[in-house]
Amino acid sequence: MADAETEREALLAAIANVADRLAAEREYLTDLDSAIGDADHGTNMDRGFEAALEQAESTDGDAAAIVKTVGTALVSAVGGASGPLYGGSIMSASAELEEGIAPETTVAFAEAYLEKVQDRGDAQVGAKTMVDALVPAVHTYKRSIEVDDLPPVEALRKAADAAERGVAFTVPLRAKKGRASYLGWRSVGHRDPGATSTLLIVEELLATAEEFLDEVDGGSDATAPTEPDIGADDAETENGDAVGEEGE
Amino acid sequence: MRKLINDPDEYVDEMLQGMVAAYPDRIRRLEDTEGLVRLDAPVEGKVGVVSGGGSGHEPTHAGYLGPGMLDGAAAGEVFTSPTADQLSELLTACEGGAGVLAVVKNYEGDVMNFETAAEMAGMENEDLEVAQVVVNDDVAVEDSLYTSGRRGVCGTIFVHKVAGAAARRGDDLDDVQRVAQNAIENVGTMGMALTSCVTPAKGEPTFDLDEDEIELGIGIHGEPGTERTEAMSADRVAEHLTEAVLEDVDPAEGAEVATIVNGMGGTPLSELFIVNRRVQELLADRGFDTWNGRVGEYMTSLDMCGCSVTVLELDEETKELLAAPAETPALTVAD
Repeated sequence: MADAETEREALLAAIANVADRLAAEREYLTDLDSAIGDADHGTNMDRGFEAALEQAESTDGDAAAIVKTVGTALVSAVGGASGPLYGGSIMSASAELEEGIAPETTVAFAEAYLEKVQDRGDAQVGAKTMVDALVPAVHTYKRSIEVDDLPPVEALRKAADAAERGVAFTVPLRAKKGRASYLGWRSVGHRDPGATSTLLIVEELLATAEEFLDEVDGGSDATAPTEPDIGADDAETENGDAVGEEGE
Repeated sequence: MRKLINDPDEYVDEMLQGMVAAYPDRIRRLEDTEGLVRLDAPVEGKVGVVSGGGSGHEPTHAGYLGPGMLDGAAAGEVFTSPTADQLSELLTACEGGAGVLAVVKNYEGDVMNFETAAEMAGMENEDLEVAQVVVNDDVAVEDSLYTSGRRGVCGTIFVHKVAGAAARRGDDLDDVQRVAQNAIENVGTMGMALTSCVTPAKGEPTFDLDEDEIELGIGIHGEPGTERTEAMSADRVAEHLTEAVLEDVDPAEGAEVATIVNGMGGTPLSELFIVNRRVQELLADRGFDTWNGRVGEYMTSLDMCGCSVTVLELDEETKELLAAPAETPALTVAD
């Protein structure tokens, strides 16, 4: 991204957007969790990001320092297993942003974050956890940036799309990890709360990127993106979009 | 149900204040945290041994703070893991230059928060070495609904004891971890409930049991057990629990064992002794030699009525470590 000041502004906006969204969806997440968990995911995530925003705003450092602050705030404010999964993973992946925010560093951040979540939670795709939203989102983002050379906003849009499909994929699965696994077959038929909160976060990163990034420059080749089967592209692509508008 | 509570939100904080007030010459609170440490922590040159987990299991964990057992204990909210930042401070506070062993019960929140805490403490102090053992002694769980592995329950007390004794005699971190792991591999526990427990936040039982029902294979958080059956006599309960544990631990012929008949919080000591009577008869019938049999409340589940039976198969070193002196509020072994 551009200068440090813009970077900071964008990051804080992203954190605020995530915090607002989680506050708005608090009851929804808690309802999902009460079906297969212990009915506190919405409350915990809301409390966590409220603390994260407050602490991030009073951090003076660079992008990596701000993101690390978010991680430590989540670790102490979210609690349970989500605290270390979200907070601890953000904390340790924050080192990837030491060179600032750029397509390559955000891919590295996303990969480091995913690796940490999987390592800590010991969960593979299909265990009905946040990993089911995260793996498709991160893989799609990486491919979109590194292979298809898409602009970051477009890459994030595809990542959010992939995450949404991942969340839907959790519904018919039997949980193998987390509290939901205690329910055995009774966990089938429910949307995973952790995958859902992961999707909400990716969607807000996208919304923030749309606000701050000019998506016309960056993705040089004007050809339609070659999307594998996760495709079903949303209508708007490079051609029509002006600066910074959300969809239409 | 009537409870001696002022405010559910202050439950843990007020309990910790009361613990420190009861043992001001033995334990102190780490400022602005829900962690307690022995008064003289960190002990220079000694491996620190720490534990922690949700509250509601008293005297676990802080009751085992003191020479010969734990250096630090973190208390989370009731039945909720302590957060990693608090655990990180605890690890740092118990580091006397020889590293710290974390004794963790196998619950996802506890394990992940301890792991994250070790990383956080390591970022602050690169020289801090943290090792971890995960206790998973609940033999009921493998066949239950739970799939995140066997839970850690009352066998953890033995792990605290051997690790604490090894650290006190001057073992290095590797050896303290080794003896703790050895105990974990030789211990099994199974519990049962006559009633559910009432958490302060909820104020009502976490599961319902009829007058004439009991729940076998319960954990320590009011989780459902593996089997709900009609009520049975103390002897039948003792047989059921002991058989299940022995089948899992499978001690060698004529082995020496240490046992705990543990109360869940709402069962009188007299009943625990009645259970212990039959437990010891059974062990003797099977040719096992109980070297030490404890009876009491070691790891409770708030006000739940019921008990658990723990059996640890002994080897010479484990026995020596269990016999070593310990001075803690909840467990004392004389010199």
